[in-house]
Amino acid sequence: MPENNEQLGIVISGSLNKGVEVRLDSAASVEDMAVGRYVTIEGEKRRFFGMITDISLGVIDQKLTLTPPDISDPFMAEVLAGTSVYATLHVLPMLTIGGGVTELIEGPQPVKTVASHFSRVNLASQRDVELVFGGEDERKFYIGTPLDMETRICLDLPELVKRSNGIFGKSGTGKTFLTRILLIGMLQKSAAVNLIFDMHSEYGWAGTSEGGRAVKALKQLFPEQVAVFTLDEENSRRRKVSTDFVVKIGYDEIEAEDMVLLRQTLNLTEPAIEAVYQLSRRFRRDWLLSTLQLKDSEETRELLKELSIHESTFQNLQRGLATIRRLPFIESHASTNAVEAILDHLDRGSNVVLEFGRYRDITAYILVANMLTRRIYAKYQERMERAMGEDIAPPHPLVITIEEAHRFLNPGIASQTIFGTIAREMRKYNVTLLVIDQRPSGIDDEVMSQLGTKISCLLDNERDIDSVLSGVSGKSELKSVLARLESRQQALIFGHAVPMPVVVRTREYGSADSYKDFLPAGAAEIRKQAEKDIEELWQ
Amino acid sequence: MAELTSRVGEIIEASTTDFVAQCYQLYQSPPLGSLVKTTDESVALYGIVYHATTASLEPGRRPIARGRDEASEAEIYRSSPQLLKLLRTEFSALVVGYREKEKLYRYLPAKPARIHGFVHLCPADEVREFSQSLSFLNILLNTHLPVAAEELVAASLRQMSQLCADPHVFLVAAGKELAILLSGDFNRLKAILGRLRQ
Repeated sequence: MPENNEQLGIVISGSLNKGVEVRLDSAASVEDMAVGRYVTIEGEKRRFFGMITDISLGVIDQKLTLTPPDISDPFMAEVLAGTSVYATLHVLPMLTIGGGVTELIEGPQPVKTVASHFSRVNLASQRDVELVFGGEDERKFYIGTPLDMETRICLDLPELVKRSNGIFGKSGTGKTFLTRILLIGMLQKSAAVNLIFDMHSEYGWAGTSEGGRAVKALKQLFPEQVAVFTLDEENSRRRKVSTDFVVKIGYDEIEAEDMVLLRQTLNLTEPAIEAVYQLSRRFRRDWLLSTLQLKDSEETRELLKELSIHESTFQNLQRGLATIRRLPFIESHASTNAVEAILDHLDRGSNVVLEFGRYRDITAYILVANMLTRRIYAKYQERMERAMGEDIAPPHPLVITIEEAHRFLNPGIASQTIFGTIAREMRKYNVTLLVIDQRPSGIDDEVMSQLGTKISCLLDNERDIDSVLSGVSGKSELKSVLARLESRQQALIFGHAVPMPVVVRTREYGSADSYKDFLPAGAAEIRKQAEKDIEELWQ
Repeated sequence: MAELTSRVGEIIEASTTDFVAQCYQLYQSPPLGSLVKTTDESVALYGIVYHATTASLEPGRRPIARGRDEASEAEIYRSSPQLLKLLRTEFSALVVGYREKEKLYRYLPAKPARIHGFVHLCPADEVREFSQSLSFLNILLNTHLPVAAEELVAASLRQMSQLCADPHVFLVAAGKELAILLSGDFNRLKAILGRLRQ
């Protein structure tokens, strides 16, 4: 039986597909309702757990709409409310809780039927919500609270990182904060390590809130588990960030495959990309430098003819390559190996944040993210295959975070790039993606459909909403929820890691208290105790 | 009147749905919409007064105007005391329920009232008890009467509400009941609600 007696109304019609209509009791005010709230339906044999997805008004007699009564008379208004004029809620039942044997043993189950006519509908109690979303434990991470409730909604993180996930939302809706919270969760509760391509230098040391206030990021909170890599040493130094590694990339490290993804940003033609392959076959590792050094001479023309590259194509390519050459972190030969260094940290269970400093332009981001990911993925693949064959421990699951994901995963190139492959092949090789984007409609459908859990802040572009919700049951209902999220601190989470779509007010981040909440309870004491134990050993 | 003696008349005509009673005193009929009862052996019948008339005893003889040379109306009755015996006041009540073996039923009894049964005006406690359920409104609304049902319903609810602890709550509850009964006829509902306003 529900502890919460807040009865809303009764079921009057509906279907499993479209959800049920609930007529609101006259005692409950329609203006207190909100889409996205949870309700329970007390059926005869089972209890249903659902979400309000729409609210509408009805009249019993059409004449009322033609000659409206004098509502300035409070007596008239009071009598008519809930009788002649009434409100209905559209409720989408999602789960059955309690009642059946399966539910008792395995917890909430997806709905397969609807409640009978005139079943009572109540606001979900704290206990109901806890039953569905579970309390915090060593696997589950508290991400936020449902609307108008204090219950904690938790994500099963080991389950979450098994697939690629996406965080979407318009600019300024709190994607970065949400990502930071999620990354902290992964750091604490899942066995996975993260590699974060941090375009705006927000995840490593410190970020800024909308109000311009500095907030701590991963390294400040978990100094032992996070390494900050940088492409722009000077910028990091100026921001007083202690970096663990400065990434330099040699010309000889850039391969023909790395150029494919840059086609759009560098404005290269299709034949130019073909030419890259031919040139790299010809010059091997030094193809980029060699190509740039080709002068406008007879010799060059001979070479181009031999490789059957058209002159205009060649010029197009040279212009593109010159853009790459201008990137300051590119050297003719890098003395350090960034891939090895990253893998080394990942193997030790340390998370890597790669800051881009001043090099925020998309060319640098795509080039570096793609290059590093391809190589790291290749290593992971190799190790996983070996692990399968030789029965040794597989590498730590790896989550790669990329921003501006539509640049990597747009329909034109998703099939060719490493990110498309990772998104599709999912966890086979223990590598998954965390995709952050503000224009989800720009991402390839196939990739979108493979994302396990999607977290979406406010979106208002119709195409973006459609693309985020593609393939979700109850799409049209969720659409109205998604379009009505508040512009800050609210997100709709749906997919693999939650039993049903859920709107959360994300947990507090940025105040001193909030940091304390994130740190595992008693971590400091344990450390002190360990130090004391060691001292005692030496006595 | 009702405080002094609750007996207001005697039944002179009865049917399953209503009864007509003659008042003991001229012009002393109970108010429109009030709850009256008549007891016969084990069964007490409840009725709501819906009509009252005052006319000559003999149907063929109509009263004639007599006040031409009199100073006031009261003078007419004083100078012609026989008038009080030649005129009579009758009222009609619609049967809305009955009580049998201490149990109250808000629907028609098996048998009509008996002639010469005494009719009493119900005391406040009994009215409160009877008005706990408003299912009798259905009978009032659906019977064809010489008075408009809207008038009768409003009069009866107004009277009942005055005896309630919280008249506003009672009227709102009654209004909601009416809104359901008259769901297809908003104009009628509006007419009643307009007459309920205090």
